[in-house]
Amino acid sequence: MQAMLRQRKSGLLPCRFESVNDLETFIGEAPDVDAAPLPAPFAEYECRNNRLAWLGLRQDGFSAAVEAAIARHGRRRVGVFLGTSTAGILQTELAYRRRDPVSGALPDDFIYRTTHNTYSVADFVRHYFQLEGPAMVVSTACSSSAKVFGAAARMIEAGLIDAALVGGVDSLCLTTLYGFNSLELLAPEPCRPFDAERQGLSIGEAAAFILLERPADNLGADAVLLLGVGESSDAHHMSSPHPEGLGARMAMAAALQSAGLQATDIDYINLHGTATPGNDAAEGKAVAGLFGERTPCSSTKGATGHTLGAAGGLEAIVCAIALQHGFLPGGCNTRQLDPNIPIRYLTANLDAAPKRVLSNSFGFGGTNCSLVLGRAG
Amino acid sequence: MSISNTHTLNAWIDGIGLLGPGLENWPAARPILAGVADYVSQSLVVPAPMALPPAERRRVGLTVKVALAVAQEAVAAAQADARQLAAVFASSGADGDNCDAICAALASDGRHISPTRFHNSVHNAPAGYWGIASGAMTPANVVCAYDASFGAGLLEAVVQVSVDAVGVLLVAYEAPYPEPLQSKRPLPSAFGLALALMPQPGPRSLARIQIELVEATADVLENAELEALRRQIPCARGLPLLQALASGRPGRVVLDYLSPLGLAVEIQPCG
Repeated sequence: MQAMLRQRKSGLLPCRFESVNDLETFIGEAPDVDAAPLPAPFAEYECRNNRLAWLGLRQDGFSAAVEAAIARHGRRRVGVFLGTSTAGILQTELAYRRRDPVSGALPDDFIYRTTHNTYSVADFVRHYFQLEGPAMVVSTACSSSAKVFGAAARMIEAGLIDAALVGGVDSLCLTTLYGFNSLELLAPEPCRPFDAERQGLSIGEAAAFILLERPADNLGADAVLLLGVGESSDAHHMSSPHPEGLGARMAMAAALQSAGLQATDIDYINLHGTATPGNDAAEGKAVAGLFGERTPCSSTKGATGHTLGAAGGLEAIVCAIALQHGFLPGGCNTRQLDPNIPIRYLTANLDAAPKRVLSNSFGFGGTNCSLVLGRAG
Repeated sequence: MSISNTHTLNAWIDGIGLLGPGLENWPAARPILAGVADYVSQSLVVPAPMALPPAERRRVGLTVKVALAVAQEAVAAAQADARQLAAVFASSGADGDNCDAICAALASDGRHISPTRFHNSVHNAPAGYWGIASGAMTPANVVCAYDASFGAGLLEAVVQVSVDAVGVLLVAYEAPYPEPLQSKRPLPSAFGLALALMPQPGPRSLARIQIELVEATADVLENAELEALRRQIPCARGLPLLQALASGRPGRVVLDYLSPLGLAVEIQPCG
């Protein structure tokens, strides 16, 4: 991921997902998701979403870090809080093609609980690590895996748990591809956030996992801290943001307040930046209103696509990379910045040593969440 | 075995909303749950969500109607300002009719799905419509833990009340799938249960609740028909709490949560 950001490489390619060949759009498809089945004890969880989760758990020594946390705290004291918007709905979409021609019944091998159901991915992960603590899925569309940070932090503060496995998993499916197409929000090219001629979003998929713990006394300077979480609701419309970005601004202000920081303390903003005309305009107004033109910001969705319910977790990881490796990622694909959005949008990487950064995630239903992350030293 | 907390996880219940088969609302259900009136099962009558603008009202399905009905009942009973309350929505599934229509369309040649169906397919549709109906710009969380969704929602709501010292509206709701999904996930009826939970006692407070995670199995209801609802509908797993509240006596119930844990609720009536 760091190399991808350093090289400003976009993973977006023309959509050839499954049988989808009638949509002129680009997608960020994770490689090798179908390369191997889930381990035998988890066969009932078999679906693209859980395979993507399993692939994610095996990256970067994450499983070993979880096992170490379990050894420190106990199975009952590690929670699982994951975001997803569509879970394993692809499994149901495929099962509907195999309905019995006479009765209309779904095939016998289709299992609702462990694939389609919204909770299935957290259930899989909880069983995978044989955890016995609190767990849930947060499903607030594209803010889901940002909001899990708030839920997990509260549980830790309440003393119910000592550590939490948080993040999000969302995988490609026909519902989102044809659904966003029905709203005329898919770009016919790789998405171009904050470009004057942006034409919409590119859908991606991701599994993003973070282990959240109460800070130890002897943290290294590189350790990344969750400093604040801010949430709000637009109370405006189901699929369009508040035109002035009011809810977005409230979420960012609440995140700053929760971190005890001012806007001037933030060194970088990872924007939600889906590249739809309306979303970027509204978020731009909110950011300009609160931060002016000073704070460097970018959307990394030109690289990854919009990973929907996994976006909050994925972009928290982008922020952690920026904090640990001392650079601000410039957005991909953007050629001509929208002159009507007065923010400091980065189209190239910037060498810097950010200490505190903010990440935005907004979703359908007018749900908004901003995270503030920072370096320990 | 109980698990030690650093916070006492408690909240005051200021309002209750209830809608289920034969359970028209909280005032009507209270004597039934207290065992002084007979339970008569009948199909659900769901009021139209009049707080929504007409355009939105036409677009919503059963889950949104059920969620908004119980949310409004709880807020009205609490005499609370909905715009001041955070919200936690809990459900084991989204809008079943909508999901079936989308999957059927995607299995057809045209694969055409309507924009309204798509934005109504998100798990947080009731939370979004609640914001539009109530004007609340406060945080709204939407959680799912399959059959433990009520326990997960109550835990999340009481943790918010205790840690953030805010009033929280918990809205648990469920609506059945049509066939062919109904055979794979049988839910007998739609159901909704809402609680207005406050960080301090007030003039409308009905009871104080204190929760903890315990290793214990959930309490069952004596009435066989109500127990069937509790077993078959995830958000009806909160009924033992309402039964204890209906009795008006102090008590302790264990609600379903994720194995091996249960959610113990200590109930202390007010006044």
